[in-house]
Formats: sequence, structure tokens, C-alpha cells
Amino acid sequence: MGPLIPNGVIPGEWSYIIALIIGLAFGYILEASGFSSSRKLAGVFYGYDFVVLKVFFTAAIVSVIGLLYMDYLGYVDISHLYVHPTYLWGAIIGGVIMGVGFVSGGFCPGTSLCAVAIGKIDAMVFVGGILIGIFIFSELYQYFEPLYDGYFYGNITLMDSFDISPYWFVFIFTIIAIISFVVVDIIRKKRKTIFYN
Amino acid sequence: MKIDSLKNKHIYWNPYFGGFLLGILIIFTFYITGRGLGATGAMKSTVVDIVDKVAPTHAEQNAYYSKFIEKDESPLNNWLVFETIGILLGAFISGSLAGRIGWRTQHSPKITARRRLVFALAGGILFGLGSQIARGCTSGAALSGMAVLSTGGFITMLSIFGTGYIVAYFFRKNWI
Repeated sequence: MGPLIPNGVIPGEWSYIIALIIGLAFGYILEASGFSSSRKLAGVFYGYDFVVLKVFFTAAIVSVIGLLYMDYLGYVDISHLYVHPTYLWGAIIGGVIMGVGFVSGGFCPGTSLCAVAIGKIDAMVFVGGILIGIFIFSELYQYFEPLYDGYFYGNITLMDSFDISPYWFVFIFTIIAIISFVVVDIIRKKRKTIFYN
Repeated sequence: MKIDSLKNKHIYWNPYFGGFLLGILIIFTFYITGRGLGATGAMKSTVVDIVDKVAPTHAEQNAYYSKFIEKDESPLNNWLVFETIGILLGAFISGSLAGRIGWRTQHSPKITARRRLVFALAGGILFGLGSQIARGCTSGAALSGMAVLSTGGFITMLSIFGTGYIVAYFFRKNWI
């Protein structure tokens, strides 16, 4: 029963090899989907290319449905999986800062790594910026600490927050995603096509 | 390079196909390791490692670096660092097969390469800062968080993209 490494089914020595293989697949999928192009990524904010929204929502839905099924069929215990913790204001303010960074830089960290791998100089500068940003945060940690450690609600899920059945939530979420896929295609056709290389 | 700048003929996957495979990969990652994917984690380890090498006492006294420093073990001995090496390899293989490898600065013809690099640097700094405050970036917090229906993951996702749309107007010259 999964997860395999924490439950000792696969010995821990394998974890770095598995990390390399998982990363390889991650990088390959992102690059092949066009995530190494900042102009393609930025299209989601200007309505000329919605690949980010399509890939992101499809991945989220496939993964959440798959994990719920595997939990239901007994292959994985979903309560043993790591749930990203909720620090309310950290999540909001951090997200706002990242949102400005996304539109300014045209990448997020994972996609910038893919662009670095194919030789984009703007992506290398972006990654350099990330390192500087992390350095600034660490050096000024004492001022960020109340935000970083505060407003902690635990490793909660939407089920805990809204008292809704996961199956209903995923069903509604899927419907919303499908509608958004149709709507963004209509928007894209109305927008001026942007050419880039 | 198989790039036709007049017709946008990049040879990219269908986004739903890419999204589906990415979803399968996230399931696989949770099934094997119990955790999701990440991208900024390795960069944090890099910063911690550099500071620890350059100024060890400073790193030990800092409340943030010291969380990630263990005696006799490099901060780079970390799952996410190996995963990130994999990301670079995987993207390089994909880019090679599609003929997309090459040194260049990609920018809109309306702006100079220099302007693009300045905004890329500023964007990187903001992303680095924000990812530490939110404890994860688009991969670790938003994507992996959403896969297990984490409330914080959804909040971060909405916050990143919501802000993106609000501020997009001010950056439009760089992109359209």
C-alpha cells in the first residue's frame, strides 16, 4: 500500500534515483508542452495563449481524481500523503508577490529551469533573481517570521475548510474546468494573434 | 530550429495531453514518495549551501538558514535537488528532440533584450521572495497542493493568477 517509500515498500536508498527519474519526466513534460517559452506562458494573462491554464487545470484534475480513486481502491492511503500546510496570510501575500513576479519575469521557477536547459538567457537571469530573492528573504527572516509562521491552520484540505464531500467538490471542479476550457478558446479567437519565436 | 516566427509553428504537445501526463506524474510521485513535486526547494538548498560555505557562523546564527543545515551533511543532499537535476535533463532532452536548443534571449520585438533581462531579474527576485513566504511556488504549493486538495495550495494558486491578471495591464508593453 502506498505511499511506497514512507511505508518501506521501496527502500529509502532508491529515493535519489527515483527523484532524478521523476524530475526527468517533469522537465520533459513541461518543455514539450511549451513551458520553456516565456511569451507562451505570459499569453494566459493577455488572452493570446492559454496553454498554462489548460495544462495546469488538466493536471490538477487528473491527479486529484486519480489519487481519490487509488485511495478508494486501497492502493494508497490519502491520509498519509503530505498536505501542503495552510498559513493563510503567507499563502495570500506570497502568492501576490509571485503573481507580480510571474507577469514581470514571464516564468515560474519550474518553467524557468526548463528554459535554462534549452539555453534561454532570460531564464538564467530569472533563476539568478530567484536565488537573490531567497537570499533577501533569509537575511530579513526576522521581519518575515510573523507572516511566515503566523495564521497557521494546520495541514488542512478543502474538506476541512468547507465541510464538503471530496467527490462532489472534484465533480464541480471538473465541470468548472471544462467550461473554462471552452470559454478561453472563445476569448483566444477574439484576441489579436501574437507571433513570437 | 523548427520555429516559424510568422505562423507560431512550434512543435509543442497538445496541452490536454501534456496536462494529462503531468497529472499521471503527480499521482506517481505521491504514490511512491508521499509528497508532490517542487522547483524552488532546490534553489533554496543552493542558497543555504552557498551561505554556509561563505559564512558558516552567519548561517548558523540565522534562524532561517539554520533550519536547513545539518552537521556533516550538505544541504544539497536533498530529494528536491536530485529532482531538479532531472528537470534540467528532461527539458534538455525534450528541447533537443524538438530542435529548440540555442543561446538566446527571448523577448517581444517592441522591447530591447536589455529591458527583458531587467524585468526577468526583477520577476525572479519577487518569485524567490514570494515562494519563501508562501512555502512553495507554482509547483510545490499550487500544483502539488491542489492534487491533495490542500486549502493553502488553492489559496496560493488563486492568489498568484488573480494578481497576475490584476497587474498584467502594467506590464503589457513587454508581452503584447
